[in-house]
Amino acid sequence: MKVTPYGVRGSLAAPGPATARYGGNTSCVRVTGPDGSVLALDAGTGIRSLALELPSGLRRVDVLLTHLHMDHIIGLGFFGPLYNPEMEVHIWGPASATLTLEARLRRYLAPPLFPVLLRDLPCNLELHHTGRGWFSIGAFRIRAARVCHPGPTMGYRIETEQASLAYLPDHEPALGARRFPLDADWTSGFDLAQEVDLLLHDAQYTREEYPRHVGWGHSAMHDALAFARLAGVKHLMPFHHDPGRDDAALEAAIGAAVAEMNPDFPVTPAAEGRSLELG
Amino acid sequence: MAQLPVEMILVRQLAGYLYVPVLVVDTTSTVVFYNEPAERILGVRFEETGRIDPEEVDRLIELSEDPAAGPDEAGRPLITALQQRRPVHVRRWLLRRGDRVRLQVEITAFPIIDHDERQLGAVAMFWERQGP
Repeated sequence: MKVTPYGVRGSLAAPGPATARYGGNTSCVRVTGPDGSVLALDAGTGIRSLALELPSGLRRVDVLLTHLHMDHIIGLGFFGPLYNPEMEVHIWGPASATLTLEARLRRYLAPPLFPVLLRDLPCNLELHHTGRGWFSIGAFRIRAARVCHPGPTMGYRIETEQASLAYLPDHEPALGARRFPLDADWTSGFDLAQEVDLLLHDAQYTREEYPRHVGWGHSAMHDALAFARLAGVKHLMPFHHDPGRDDAALEAAIGAAVAEMNPDFPVTPAAEGRSLELG
Repeated sequence: MAQLPVEMILVRQLAGYLYVPVLVVDTTSTVVFYNEPAERILGVRFEETGRIDPEEVDRLIELSEDPAAGPDEAGRPLITALQQRRPVHVRRWLLRRGDRVRLQVEITAFPIIDHDERQLGAVAMFWERQGP
């Protein structure tokens, strides 16, 4: 399994020289399976570049949306395979209590926000409501579960025979907890992340910033580290970097959290184009 | 132990901040959490007991109908919420067996149902009645 981030920024794209090392695009990660299957995790602005680097012979791509906040779907309208009649595109994501996934996506892919209607896309498009539980795509076994973030939000655990990955880009498991972490059974996202080879996890805020953002659905870096430790992950990739944090500030903040928490697993801030081979 | 659904986790977090006693049960009627005010009702501490099965709850407290309440829902409010997937509000006498203290309470119970209409558990809130 090969994991390549194409967008690691949270909330808003933040391009420019100050963020060039880690990248300014919003959430999008490519996962390539041993059989060549391709998953795109979320459809932030990074998905445009992801599409440009797909193998020319590829005929199917699956987009797994965690939720429908704009920074996770804004790139969808610029995802090349949607305009290719030879491509089969599967979009997986959560419905709400009253709206289907299609109805929710139509709110973006329709005027006045976007000129092309969802129904007019020329690809072979299939939409799948992601409920709780397991499903398969190619060589991938995928588990989805709701996680703590405002609105219907999924986290994903992706497994092959050789490796495992958990993707929790927008996640506030410490919300409301008087101490964190609680026991594993009372910790949002634990089952998804338990003992994975790689965890991509929300780490938008420093510990000092977090109290001003409680309930916004994001984690402090210290809480991301504590969550990863509780789950026994083998490698943590902090993700969803704050758009206001430049490269130097990002390295300093994560470096300070790591120095304080002293994890027994590697911590590598997610960076665009920096791939990891698992398994 | 398997992780609880996030809806149940958030109910626990909310209960932890409330003044009223709150019990949270799963679909097997096991009390998976009770808050600090509920510790006074049950006479035990969550940190010490962890989850409590229904039989243990019966050993801790006894609920009996309040004849002064007038027409009221019969039966156990949490069971009704779980089995009939609807809210109930009742008036009861609650006997804390440990010290034989009797409390007059109103109980609000309601099911926890997720977006996929899957029942995850139920909540009971105890409102102590002051005076007649």
